[in-house]
Amino acid sequence: MTIEIDNLRISFVGREVVKGVSFNVAKGASFGIVGESGSGKSTVLRAMAGLNNDWSGRIAFSGEDAPLFRPPAFFRKVQMVFQDPYGSLHPRQTIDRILSELPLVHGMDNIDDRIAKVLSAVALPQTARFRYPHQLSGGQRQRVAIARALIAEPEVLLLDEPTSALDVSVQAEILNLLADLRAERNLTYVMVSHNLSVITHLCTEVGVMIDGHMVEQVTAEDLRLGNVNHAHTRELRSLSVELEEPA
Amino acid sequence: MLVDIQNLKIGFKSRTGFHQAVKGVSLKLGTEKLGIVGESGSGKSLTARALMKLLPTQTVIEADKLEFDGIDIRSASEKQMRTIRGKRAGFILQDPKYSLNPVKTVGSQVAEAWRTHKGGSKRAALEAAINLLEMVKIRDPKKVAASYPHEVSGGMGQRVMIAMMLAPDPELLIADEPTSALDATVQAEILRLIEELVSERGMGLLLISHDLPLVSHFCDRVAVMYAGHVMEELKASDLLSAQHPYTRGLLNCMPSLMHPKERLPVLTRDPEWLK
Ligand SMILES: Nc1ncnc2c1ncn2[C@@H]1O[C@H](COP(=O)(O)OP(=O)(O)OP(=O)(O)O)[C@@H](O)[C@H]1O
Ligand SMILES: Nc1ncnc2c1ncn2[C@@H]1O[C@H](COP(=O)(O)OP(=O)(O)OP(=O)(O)O)[C@@H](O)[C@H]1O
Ligand SMILES: [Mg+2]
Ligand SMILES: [Mg+2]
Repeated sequence: MTIEIDNLRISFVGREVVKGVSFNVAKGASFGIVGESGSGKSTVLRAMAGLNNDWSGRIAFSGEDAPLFRPPAFFRKVQMVFQDPYGSLHPRQTIDRILSELPLVHGMDNIDDRIAKVLSAVALPQTARFRYPHQLSGGQRQRVAIARALIAEPEVLLLDEPTSALDVSVQAEILNLLADLRAERNLTYVMVSHNLSVITHLCTEVGVMIDGHMVEQVTAEDLRLGNVNHAHTRELRSLSVELEEPA
Repeated sequence: MLVDIQNLKIGFKSRTGFHQAVKGVSLKLGTEKLGIVGESGSGKSLTARALMKLLPTQTVIEADKLEFDGIDIRSASEKQMRTIRGKRAGFILQDPKYSLNPVKTVGSQVAEAWRTHKGGSKRAALEAAINLLEMVKIRDPKKVAASYPHEVSGGMGQRVMIAMMLAPDPELLIADEPTSALDATVQAEILRLIEELVSERGMGLLLISHDLPLVSHFCDRVAVMYAGHVMEELKASDLLSAQHPYTRGLLNCMPSLMHPKERLPVLTRDPEWLK
């Protein structure tokens, strides 16, 4: 699905936190969002996912304007992986129950098989299936959150810091999996991350946010080369480059 | 020695048997910055929680030594632990929002942490809390102080936790992924703040992180964990040129801004590492 965001504005009790954000993503492409903490990145993703009904502007998937209240079928096609995996997993449900929910709601078949497959896709042992979220490590919980989004076989994935709780070996497996899925099923991604190496690995274009505005959009290649305009982009880039140098 | 852990083992009984998660970890920490990196599920958080006696009661814990400043944690009473936790040792948990009380404003929670250890009036504590929020680079600290946890962003929640833990001037700070939700500029400033506390107040820091370049630049020493074991311990500045095949494998998996890779190499786990 193509994605078009036009002049998106979002307020909480009268305070505007997203102040006119616009960007487009082609079908099968990946768009990255980086930027200041509190600048509105998660709020943009939540509105796209249909989890916030108080926005103005335009959000369109495949050229069709998304209504304020999305029909149930929408939630199968567009899935979000939340920044805070603990908060988004029900504490009293086993992983099995958490992963069964969407397939049950959408009347999918072979649920058992699907769960087994998706667990191995995110490199979780099958034994994780009958545990509760608090019995897993932080990175294992994050992988459950990714598995829950994948099991619905969505066309669009909205990923909020999907790998920040993962060690780099699991992160590599997840990033490769996301790249493979995109190639196989022509999925479209919007990903928020603080890590420029991760963002530029998966995304060809990157938007930079400060205080509710998207102040710059650059290609991953230009970001790499340092062809950037905004001071914040330049600062983020130089800190990232510095860290990559040996101590 | 602030922390002395020798041969720590942590396991869980379940219906299907016994699961040994930590398999003999030894670590020492003085007034320095020790990083712990390694595999997800390798026991990093469990090790930290054991030191603060924060594991579920049915957890099976064994150790030759498990000490904080000479105090044996295994035999310490809950009352004794309360004088350590949050006061002498701050613990920034991996899931910050989950550890905040959802029905209290973040300002009142930071103020409470301050007041429990420093006393004073409620008003003075709230003022101190706002100062602390400012110290962790929160824009508009007054407004954020009046917000509830679900109203703050991921990175703000993380900084609220950091502010709470710094309130009582701890001797030891255990930070489990404290900056994973922060953008690079804020992260750099928070680390500068922690650095100051370590060198000025003589605090010890146990930093658990997946960010190998960050640990390598920021810490003094680093322990690399894999499957419940410490694979190797080395000078942090040598981390990026480590020789152990597991650590090499990890480094190899990292994406890079400056040196893009078409596809990321994945780790081939070798049973030899555990011998
Ligand atoms: N439910 C809410 N009620 C009131 N304010 C909110 C709510 N959710 C978010 N905000 C505010 O909106 C702003 C943007 O938050 P958002 O979570 O989108 O930031 P972010 O860019 O994702 O930051 P981070 O990188 O720290 O996760 C913040 O100032 C936050 O306090
Ligand atoms: N209450 C529990 N019951 C059973 N197993 C548990 C429990 N808590 C943790 N574990 C298991 O112990 C192992 C170590 O967990 P720990 O949280 O220490 O990992 P970690 O190294 O911090 O990983 P991450 O980097 O993903 O946070 C994991 O395999 C986890 O599933
Ligand atoms: Mg966010
Ligand atoms: Mg952990």
